[in-house]
Amino acid sequence: MKLVAGCDVGSLTSKAVIMNGNKIIGSSIIRSKARPEESAQAAMDNALENAGVDMSQIGYVVGTGYGRDKIPFISEAKSEIACHGKGAHWMVPTVKTVIDIGGQDCKAVKLNESGVVENFITNDKCASGTGRFLEVMADVLNIGIEELGDLSARARSPIILASTCTVWAQADVIKYLNSGYSIEDIGAGINSAMAKRVAILANTVKVEKEICMTGGVAKNSGVVSTLEKILGHRIRKIRRADPQLAGAIGAAVFANEKRNGQ
Amino acid sequence: MITAGCDIGSLTAKAVIMDDGIIISQEVIRVKARPEESANEVFRLAAEKAGISPSDIKFTVGTGYGKDAISFAETTQSEISCHARGAWWNLPSVRTIVDIGGQDAKAIRIDEKGNVVRYIYNDKCAAGTGRFLEVMAKALEVDLADMGDLSARAQEKIRISNQCVIFAETEVVSLINEGRDVCDIICGLHHAMANRVASLAKSIEVHEEVVMTGGVAKNSGMFNALSEGLGVPVKALPVDPQINGALGAALFAAELAAGK
Repeated sequence: MKLVAGCDVGSLTSKAVIMNGNKIIGSSIIRSKARPEESAQAAMDNALENAGVDMSQIGYVVGTGYGRDKIPFISEAKSEIACHGKGAHWMVPTVKTVIDIGGQDCKAVKLNESGVVENFITNDKCASGTGRFLEVMADVLNIGIEELGDLSARARSPIILASTCTVWAQADVIKYLNSGYSIEDIGAGINSAMAKRVAILANTVKVEKEICMTGGVAKNSGVVSTLEKILGHRIRKIRRADPQLAGAIGAAVFANEKRNGQ
Repeated sequence: MITAGCDIGSLTAKAVIMDDGIIISQEVIRVKARPEESANEVFRLAAEKAGISPSDIKFTVGTGYGKDAISFAETTQSEISCHARGAWWNLPSVRTIVDIGGQDAKAIRIDEKGNVVRYIYNDKCAAGTGRFLEVMAKALEVDLADMGDLSARAQEKIRISNQCVIFAETEVVSLINEGRDVCDIICGLHHAMANRVASLAKSIEVHEEVVMTGGVAKNSGMFNALSEGLGVPVKALPVDPQINGALGAALFAAELAAGK
């Protein structure tokens, strides 16, 4: 049983990763279900199927995410911060700052050379600067959240959203739509507003190179490019795996260490 | 002598007409697309109700976020001053006014003469404003105006852990799915909202007596919740809580017209 797994149950999506040593052999990202235990099971089943293995072959499973305590099949639960740090370090070994934007929160994590967490800050009190902000806005624009990022590159004169609050910004976006502004200009304004809010949080932990973004919003090029401008640093692209899997990968890496007796 | 006050807010427009220290007419309407339309309409309705012609009004003071669009006002006053003046005129013992409108919340502390000592307001975050309750009423499929009565029927205490409107809405949806009682949920929401407003008010030090004004003060459940949040009893003014700003403006108009 040399295989290990990591399972990250988030508020909007749940992720699972199966690893053989240091190699990912299967993964899955699903929309979270009503109950965290169901989400965990479904994500795990999909990842096992994707890897072509079954549960009996898995030696150790680490769970993380807000629903981690409800996952029935895990050997151990670890904090999201630790797993995101670990996962980011696995994906980019030189990373010092991880900005993770989840469905309902946003975190900035500082790591040392070995990928151990030195400092972090989290916002889960205010929807602004979290994935939910973009979700609400994509809904108003009547597009998929994954379509939002590309709008920035096609914008001519992006709008500026004056309100930080998701509720007030939503009202502003409706006004812009009704006044006939293009969806590209509005979308670019939304991505910028999001990046500005995230930058304020990230700057409180003193951002240092290399910087990586994890979580679903890392796939939004509009947010990433504005964030780079504000922070004054490039954000290193993650190529080794899907950035949304960072937490689950970190969990699986922890599981692997445990199995190796580290 | 007849004077008037006109308060153009973000959601409602209010007008009060006074004759020698007596309110002879008051009107509250939903705002129109442009603030000048709202001002003209609410003023016309108030004058009609008082049975006077607008030319009978000697002096008018405007206030509220749309105050500069009130063409017929001789001058304007800040909302803070008008709320302070209106509340003090009604109840001279008042020292703290908590005004919760549709899109903002203010806390104002005044001295024994009705002068503003300190104030603070929030219009940056929808939590702790009337919008919070509006969104929750929609999620619960109840009438905003019924929320006070419904909360009085609560049996079990529910703690709403989120103050953010967006997150609290999700929390409410899951409470409904869990089969929790609507009255219990509403009562929990009033407390969450009150706690948010209380932390704003506490930052300027709350002195007794405390009154709540603004549209949210029409919700009886909010008085209990805010009293608990502040740790002191919160009273209502003996007038419609929505007209307090316009009333204060009308009182300033009377003073200015008398050349004080």
